Amino acid sequence: MDDTAEAPDTPDIHGCPVTDSHGQEVIHPSREQYLDVAKALADEGYTMALDLCGVDYLQHMNRPLPDGVVPERFEVVVQLLDIANRRRTRLRVQVPESDPVVASLFDLHPGTEAPERETYDMFGIEFDGHPDLTRILMPEDWDGHPLRKDYGIGSIPVQFKEANA
Amino acid sequence: MSTTEEEVTEVAIDEPDVATSEAEPSSYAVFIPNTDEGAQLLKPRSQTTARELMREVGSVLRMSEAEAAQLGDLPEDPEEDQTMIINMGPQHPSTHGVLRLMLEMQGEEVLRCKPIIGYLHTGMEKTAESLTYMQGGTNVTRMDYLSPFNNELVFSMATEALLGITDEIPERAVWIRMLMSELNRMSSHLLFMATNGMDLGAVSMMIYGWREREEVLRFFQEVTGLRMNHNYIRPGGVAADLPAGWRDGVLRLLELIPPRLDEYDILMTGQPIWRERLQGVGVITPNEALALGATGPIVRSTGVPWDLRRDMPYMKYDEMEFDVIVGSYGDAFDRYAIRLAEIRESMKIVRQILEAMPEGDYRIQDKKVTPPPRARIDESMEALIHHFKIFTEGFKVPEGEVYVGIESPRGEVGCYIASDGSPTPYRMHMRDASFTNIQCLPHMMRGGLVADAVAVISSVDPVLGGVDR
Repeated sequence: MDDTAEAPDTPDIHGCPVTDSHGQEVIHPSREQYLDVAKALADEGYTMALDLCGVDYLQHMNRPLPDGVVPERFEVVVQLLDIANRRRTRLRVQVPESDPVVASLFDLHPGTEAPERETYDMFGIEFDGHPDLTRILMPEDWDGHPLRKDYGIGSIPVQFKEANA
Repeated sequence: MSTTEEEVTEVAIDEPDVATSEAEPSSYAVFIPNTDEGAQLLKPRSQTTARELMREVGSVLRMSEAEAAQLGDLPEDPEEDQTMIINMGPQHPSTHGVLRLMLEMQGEEVLRCKPIIGYLHTGMEKTAESLTYMQGGTNVTRMDYLSPFNNELVFSMATEALLGITDEIPERAVWIRMLMSELNRMSSHLLFMATNGMDLGAVSMMIYGWREREEVLRFFQEVTGLRMNHNYIRPGGVAADLPAGWRDGVLRLLELIPPRLDEYDILMTGQPIWRERLQGVGVITPNEALALGATGPIVRSTGVPWDLRRDMPYMKYDEMEFDVIVGSYGDAFDRYAIRLAEIRESMKIVRQILEAMPEGDYRIQDKKVTPPPRARIDESMEALIHHFKIFTEGFKVPEGEVYVGIESPRGEVGCYIASDGSPTPYRMHMRDASFTNIQCLPHMMRGGLVADAVAVISSVDPVLGGVDR
């Protein structure tokens, strides 16, 4: 971020496109950049990962994204907070359906342990390096990932093992 | 549809097998793998090396395994036959609903602990995708059911940010929202006083806490018609204006509660038994709390003065005079004292709101967002159309995504909404404070006594409705 490299028309942070969403800063790292960007941001003061969640864009693939970001079915969204400077930022990582794996933030932000498990549980996105990637809200033997858009709502047979109806 | 049918047949085929295998006489050990929790179970000591334990501690303190091992306060890795794993909950009365903890004990000492959640999961985030933005409030208010106004508020603020009407919300609506969320903070903390007392054996405190909370809820009922799950704060403003005589109702609360809080001080704060029971129990350091994403009274108990109302003000909190209460030891007593003092601070804010409350509209006069008054429907065709559109289809929210976080009684409650331009959220995610805060439990409990586990759970004040959503 030195002065000479600053180009106002193509904003980027650590080589990732940046957009503004209702006054909120959003960074779009690729899957490869994700962990490095999170580390670099942590060094800049974004030391708290408040939240991590997934979004399944199956029915909304043509959403607006900055140039150079290829839309994929899944997104992992991370909310970062800088307590010292009182600012927030957001990471949106594109995760393809064919290989739904991203790096885990656990070693950097241990507070993402439960949210990453929840995202795995609800979307089937796997977090590489997570110490205990198991279902957290749904029963262990549940089939499917409920927050996926192709997971039907309505009358679903009860999947509990003990249910004998 | 074909996949669901396949699932049906699969289940139908599997079921008899499971039934026969379990009908056979089997030892207890054989039975365990068939429980639904499966891999969520705490692993036996032989499968969990000290190295893994150090990795857990080390990553929270942001240091290497070797450095974590140098700390020396890690529990000794004992022989497996000296430890046992016991379940606490989900029906244990001190687990505040349906939290289940697996505790690895060595005698009375807790070595490891694993919270197991999900017993109250009803898929509310999935439900939110089929409710319009106006119906959404009924859903989110049931998540963290002890702070319904804060949930409604954060959902409404996120919707308003997407609509781009954040600055157009009438003044009176903003002040009413602040009044209700501060009273909500009081009612939530009063309930904490009650449950904390009950968990530690101060049973009379339970009755007192519920009694005072009921007074606040009575005021909520006057304003919204309901004691809980109000759906009062809605996108665009609030559902109804404050009723006649609301000011007397608030003044009555402000008169009634302070002497009761002084009674709490006599009953608990200064009392040696109470202090012995809480001081030095469930200690967490600022580094641990921040790394684990803890917010609210937990992070403030460690001495970090982080309160969104002051540090990232929303609504009119920048005009309010109040103190952010911090602790210094990060123990259960600090968390108790912080909540008690926060009730007093909230009353301070409520007094200022009473003085500042302006006259005016209580909801935005935007026909696309606010349904017309009943009387207008009889005389205006346009009003009838708007009414019909809002109640059948809902109002459309422009494409985009937004995250809004506010300070609820338990910490930061956040709402992330992704909209595809339709009248229902494409995805709505609530960042619930309790969900993240219970990650602190293993770190608070390590090395403590099992009797203190109750005090530690209580001091985190989790609401399982919010945790499981």
